[in-house]
Amino acid sequence: MADFDAIVVGSGLAGAVAAHELARAGKGVLVVERGNQAGSKNVSGGRLYTHSLAAVFPGYASEAPLERRITHERIGFLAPDAGFTVDFTSDGLRAEGRDSYSVLRAPFDQWLASQAEDAGAEYICGIPVEDLLMEGSRVTGIVAGEDEITADAVLLCDGVNSLLTRKAVGYAGPTPEATAVGIKEVIKLDPQVIEDRLLVPEGEGAAWLFAGDATHGVPGGGFVYTNKESLSIGLVVPIADLLTGETPIYQLLDDFKRHQVVAPLIKGGEVIEHSGHMVPEGGWDAMPKLVGDGVLVAGDAAMMCLNLAYTVRGMDYAIAAGMHAGRAAAEALTAGDTSAAGLQGYVKALENSFVLQDLRQFRKVPHFISGTKRIFDTYPAVIRDFFEKLFIVDSNPTAPVRKAGFAAAKQAGLLNLARDMKGALSSL
Amino acid sequence: MKTIAPITVNVPSLLAGNKYAVDEDHAHIELSPGPSADEFRKLVMVCPAALYRLDEQNAQSFDYAGCLECGTCRVACGNTVIAKWEYPRPTMGVEYRQG
Repeated sequence: MADFDAIVVGSGLAGAVAAHELARAGKGVLVVERGNQAGSKNVSGGRLYTHSLAAVFPGYASEAPLERRITHERIGFLAPDAGFTVDFTSDGLRAEGRDSYSVLRAPFDQWLASQAEDAGAEYICGIPVEDLLMEGSRVTGIVAGEDEITADAVLLCDGVNSLLTRKAVGYAGPTPEATAVGIKEVIKLDPQVIEDRLLVPEGEGAAWLFAGDATHGVPGGGFVYTNKESLSIGLVVPIADLLTGETPIYQLLDDFKRHQVVAPLIKGGEVIEHSGHMVPEGGWDAMPKLVGDGVLVAGDAAMMCLNLAYTVRGMDYAIAAGMHAGRAAAEALTAGDTSAAGLQGYVKALENSFVLQDLRQFRKVPHFISGTKRIFDTYPAVIRDFFEKLFIVDSNPTAPVRKAGFAAAKQAGLLNLARDMKGALSSL
Repeated sequence: MKTIAPITVNVPSLLAGNKYAVDEDHAHIELSPGPSADEFRKLVMVCPAALYRLDEQNAQSFDYAGCLECGTCRVACGNTVIAKWEYPRPTMGVEYRQG
């Protein structure tokens, strides 16, 4: 007889939600979290699309520690000496259950863990899981500190830097091509100052993603998210791409903070935290097996993340995957079969949901983005040159807009432009 | 070795706001002796805490205190010069208060 029905490794989004669902189904579940509290080892950009949270916690909008509802979506293209931004706002972005919020993971993950505990999950915090107990190819438990603890099902929700998926399901990654390094600072500012600088209504917020000189032309991007009393500012750069450049990630961030578009946003703010975290950007082709005998993998540990350049998602996938993992594990436990075959309900549920459908749909995007360097160096300069022709007025005769547009397109190479448009259309 | 752009930012001052319980007796990351210049450059490029450093004479140094536990160095050089990468021992390491 095992010590627990289920052990969940890691109390992030996938783990806490899986534990909540298992406990709610009446199963004995232990969560082992290496942070002294849930969230204390976690970092996100971060913006959470709420739909999957709403599916588990319908009262999320009043109960969860969310920062600001994002009602302005901005995309910026930075040349070293110029910037161009698109700003979209809409009442549609305010619809509950289809909206998104900035979050800070330390408070958010603590709240989520308390939901799992209230549902009956047991918690051990402050101890990393060092190893898995195996019987043949079957995962039978965990090793944490001095303890060996057994369970009929082990749920690996231990994040992008999982040291356990190799042994559990034979995962060979993550690779430098499929993984990005994220660097972030939280910069404290007065709420009023945030709203004035970001041009958002009181209590609401903006998400601003940047391409181009944010990474000095290597594939990757920058972000600014508004929190209640701070801005989250950072960069996400695929590791393999970062190595092709000359500027270390922390210097890239400092340069980004000094760019003329970004510097006024953070002026006078105090850096209250400097963090780093990997982002699993490889998509479908970088995913491990989702189940093995006695084991399920969910969230970042399963590389469930999509960076489509105009939006980055991972947290909503992790919550949905945690929900399905917890429910499928509970059903398998009730049926008395937690072999890989018995846990297939998890994979089926994900295949029928947006999680695997999205990841499969957009599987070519990571290759397209990393393979199309012009997005990050050529096009921001082309955009600058076009708008300079439009907006700079001097004593020379004014060129017609079509001529300025054609000159800009020619500068990038018409063939390149056509090829990249085709790539974007076929992957996005 | 490919060049590295001049470093003007003072990362230790940025890390000063972070909360850590540094495990003075136990390094959770260890390098193989004498890493090649090319592999060490990768570590300098990717570590968000700037814990891998080259001085003016290109002498290498590394200090695990200040680690953000992201694992980027493990992914970049886990098959080459990162000889050991573990999570810090119980209750040790970084403790994010924002995240």
